[in-house]
Amino acid sequence: MSRETVLVNADWVEQHLDDPKVVLIEVDEDTTAYDKGHIKGAIKFDWTTDLQDQVRRDAVNKDQFSALLSKNGVSNDDTVILYGGNNNWFAAYAYWYFKLYGHDDVKLLDGGRKKWELDSRELVDEIPTREATTYTAKEPDNNIRAFRDEVVEAIGVKNLVDVRSPDEFAGRLLAPAHLPQEQAQRAGHIPTAANVPWSKAANDDGTFKTDEDLKKLYTEAGVDWDKETIAYCRIGERSSHTWFVLHELLGDRSTKNYDGSWTEYGSLIGVPIVLGDEPGEA
Amino acid sequence: MCGATAGGVSLEGVNVAKESVIQGIVTRGDEPVGNAYVRLLDRTGEFTAEVPTSVTGHFRFFAAPGEWTLRTLAPKADVVDKKVVAQQGTVAEVAVAI
Repeated sequence: MSRETVLVNADWVEQHLDDPKVVLIEVDEDTTAYDKGHIKGAIKFDWTTDLQDQVRRDAVNKDQFSALLSKNGVSNDDTVILYGGNNNWFAAYAYWYFKLYGHDDVKLLDGGRKKWELDSRELVDEIPTREATTYTAKEPDNNIRAFRDEVVEAIGVKNLVDVRSPDEFAGRLLAPAHLPQEQAQRAGHIPTAANVPWSKAANDDGTFKTDEDLKKLYTEAGVDWDKETIAYCRIGERSSHTWFVLHELLGDRSTKNYDGSWTEYGSLIGVPIVLGDEPGEA
Repeated sequence: MCGATAGGVSLEGVNVAKESVIQGIVTRGDEPVGNAYVRLLDRTGEFTAEVPTSVTGHFRFFAAPGEWTLRTLAPKADVVDKKVVAQQGTVAEVAVAI
C-alpha cells in the first residue's frame, strides 16, 4: 500500500473535477458544512442518516450501503474521493465504510476541506445531479472491524490504540471539547491502551505526516508491530482516521477499527476501566 | 455581512452551570472571519479539538476547567495563539484578531 493509491492532493482533484468516473463525496461532522459551499461536483453524505442504521445502533448494512450509493449515482468501478472537515475524521470513517463493503477504488483528499479552504480554493453552491446507478456492495470485511468481545479479549494481548485526546483518555472529559459532555456512562480508557491522539498523525493543515514520522509515532507509543492492533475513540470516526494511517498508509493489515468505541465500552457492565494518564495493567 | 457583532453566540439550550465554555469571535479588521479554523490545545500544547468559525466568525468549545490555548488558522493569515482559562459555570469570551 502506498500513499498514491489511497491519497490524492488538491491539485489532483482540481485536474479531475470534470472526470465522470471520479466521484467527490463530502462527509462532515457538521452536516451543514456542505450547504455552505463544497468542491465543484461533490455530493454529500450525512453521517448521521446515511452512515448509521436509523433504528438500532450499528453501521448501515450491505443492502443499505448499496441503496445509498445507487441513489447517489455511484458505480462500483468509480474512483471515489472522500473529503470533509475536522481533518477528514468523517471522510476517513466513510473511507472505512467503502473498504468494509469492498469498494476497490477509494481515496482521501489529503488535508480535506480545511486545507482546501486555507488554500483559498474554489467552493461552489450548486448541487450536482447524478443519475441513479445499481451499486452492489460486497459482504462486509470484518477483518477491518472490531466488536466488543474481541476488544475485551484484546486487553494485554493485542495493541489497543486509544486515539482520543489525553483528557478523554484519562477520564477528565467524556467527549471532544467542542461537543457537549454526554455519551458513555463511565469515563476512562481500556486497560493497556496506548494513547496516541489522532491529531498527532496530522499536520496543522490536516494533511497526514510522513510515513517515517507516523511509524516513529506509534512505535514510540508502544505499538508492537508483531501484534494485531485495534483502534478506538468515542464513536469510531477519529479511530477511522488512525485506522487509515495504520492500515492504509503504513500497511499494517492487522489493524481493525472498533466503531462501538468508548460510547459502547464505557457503558458496558463489568468490563475493566483505567482512569488517569497511564495505560494500566491487564 | 458588515461588521463583527461583539459578544458570543446565543447560549440558549446550554447548561452553562455544568459546562466550562470557551467561545469568541475571529475578526480581520472590523470584519468577522467565517472561514477560519480554531484549535483548542491543552495545557501541554496537545491538540484537543478544532472547529470552523460560523459565518459570523464565532466559535465555541465545551472544555474542562483549566488553562488552554486557542490556535487560529485562516486563509492568507499567520497563525494566532491566545491563552485562555476556562472555569465551570462561566463563559470565557475570547476575541481573536488576525
